[in-house]
Amino acid sequence: MMIHKLAFKNIYRAGLRTWLNVIALSFSFVAIIFLQGLYNGMNDQIEKATLDAQYGGGQYWQNDYDPYDPLTLEDAHAKIPDDLQKLIEQKKATPILIRQATIYPNNRFQNALLKGIDPGQTILSIPTQVLISSDETIPALIGSRMAKSSGLKIGDYVTLRWRDANGTFDADEVKIVQIMNTDVSDIDNGQLWIPIEKMREMTAMPNEATIIVLEKSSPFSERVDNWQYKDLEFLMQDLRALFLTKSIGGSIFYIVLLLLAMLAIFDTQILSIFRRRKEMGTLMALGMTRSKLIQLFTLEGAMHAVLAAVVAAVYGIPLLIYVASTGYGLPEATDSYGFAMGDRIFPAFTAGLIIGTTLLVLIVTTIVSYLPTRKIAKLKPTDALRGKLT
Amino acid sequence: MNNSYLIKTERLKKIYPMGPTTLVALEGVNLIFKKGEFSGLVGPSGSGKTTLLNIIGTLDSPSQGSADVMGRKVETLSHKSAAQLRNQHIGFIFQTFNLLPVYTVFENVEFPLLLQNMATSERKKLVMEALEWVGLADRAQSKPAQLSGGQSQRVAIARAIVKKPELVIADEPTANLDAENSHHIMKTMVQLNKGLDTTFIFATHDEKVMHYLKRKISLNDGRVEKDEILEREMWK
Repeated sequence: MMIHKLAFKNIYRAGLRTWLNVIALSFSFVAIIFLQGLYNGMNDQIEKATLDAQYGGGQYWQNDYDPYDPLTLEDAHAKIPDDLQKLIEQKKATPILIRQATIYPNNRFQNALLKGIDPGQTILSIPTQVLISSDETIPALIGSRMAKSSGLKIGDYVTLRWRDANGTFDADEVKIVQIMNTDVSDIDNGQLWIPIEKMREMTAMPNEATIIVLEKSSPFSERVDNWQYKDLEFLMQDLRALFLTKSIGGSIFYIVLLLLAMLAIFDTQILSIFRRRKEMGTLMALGMTRSKLIQLFTLEGAMHAVLAAVVAAVYGIPLLIYVASTGYGLPEATDSYGFAMGDRIFPAFTAGLIIGTTLLVLIVTTIVSYLPTRKIAKLKPTDALRGKLT
Repeated sequence: MNNSYLIKTERLKKIYPMGPTTLVALEGVNLIFKKGEFSGLVGPSGSGKTTLLNIIGTLDSPSQGSADVMGRKVETLSHKSAAQLRNQHIGFIFQTFNLLPVYTVFENVEFPLLLQNMATSERKKLVMEALEWVGLADRAQSKPAQLSGGQSQRVAIARAIVKKPELVIADEPTANLDAENSHHIMKTMVQLNKGLDTTFIFATHDEKVMHYLKRKISLNDGRVEKDEILEREMWK
């Protein structure tokens, strides 16, 4: 107890020196939590955007469909079974027909993935209502990435060539009716979305689909002949593998930040002990044992971390709440990051992150306070009194 | 503990490594100090005064020979036992006062008692008693930075004697003080020696200090050159 009181008295009375240490350390707390929260928020956002716009609550794939093998698309279509058709009629699922196609924008050709979707669907957060058309023109919806790569603008007409169910080539003009800004590049890059009924006519595939997207939290996962149920665990596995890769980078960044903070504390402790080695010699001369001396200086270091956590809470909590509510703006270049990202990231600060980081910083601070103290406590009192360091 | 002496050194030798060579700071020192002595180690710089004080004060250990301090062999003392011996039986007064800057005068004097886990009320009583001996009871709540050199050294004396130790070791206690303060400090220590029968051993080359000594031990090149008992009017 005596050591606790002395440690508290020492840091309380050290004034500016204590506050400088505490404020610098509190920056580390806030920076580490902020950046880790940013990573968490980014992952949450990416997952949500991907579910909303692409995977829904799970999917049924026609048996031949393999998204990684474009050659399977030729045969990846089938009549929608009754069970799934009922879900579609109840607006609990929406069908998508997928075919390979070629477009000819600006006198060049470009391979594209032609996707037919119900313009009235509400399962996916794709603005398909723009595909509702009364005239004979085929309306097409593309994403901003596709618009950029093809040079297409709203109102442009572009020649589309495809093969119907019998393998016969056909062509027509489609009109770009909307360019959507989506965070999910997998529904954008190289893709044209057109009304599914129109596409069924064009391809001679009445009432057929390639995949059926279920609504979120759909309990339906029955076995259906010729179709395979894909749950979200399966659908998200690539994304989660990507998260893992990115999170390794994030963890390295987290560790680097932590190490920088610890280096600052270590330097501060070294400097502090260097300045106070005569004081340590005096304490030894007055009869303080080595173990008590180590306890005292280590506790002082740990108390700095506790104070820093309090100071960090005072300004960090309002700051982090503000950033969590308004989001953190990202530059446009982050679109090349590799997966769905909004132009603003909303950091997610969990209790686990905050408590975990606080405990981690406390433990590491205590360790880096202990190490230099242990070294100097091994000095002979006479050397410490003379101000020798080694 | 042998009642005939408080401290006894035999063939005490201290050698410091100095790169490829060595420096002999003490060479076969044989001395006995009895309880209640007011002795001074005098001699030029490098004669071994501070080294001898450090060994007697258990802050350092001899390279060869033995030093018996209050019945304990310094050369075999563990760090912990040495710390306990210092805390309970030996008081130190340093040339540069070595007060703890963030503590008040009261807290500085109280510190050795804190290490003994003494009860608060008893601590307070002893601290105020010690401050009264040195005439600084009214400055108990001052910080060291607010004191003059003479006052600081008196606080250091109070800190050294607050636990009523058998032995007080003072290394050049007046080196940073003017003549008036030096005399004041020495008179205070004489009174404490008389009042508490505390043994004082000084290292000094200050003539003002020598004027107060009962016994003067002259060191040169690590050897005792002269050991004399002095007749002083003030000690009669």
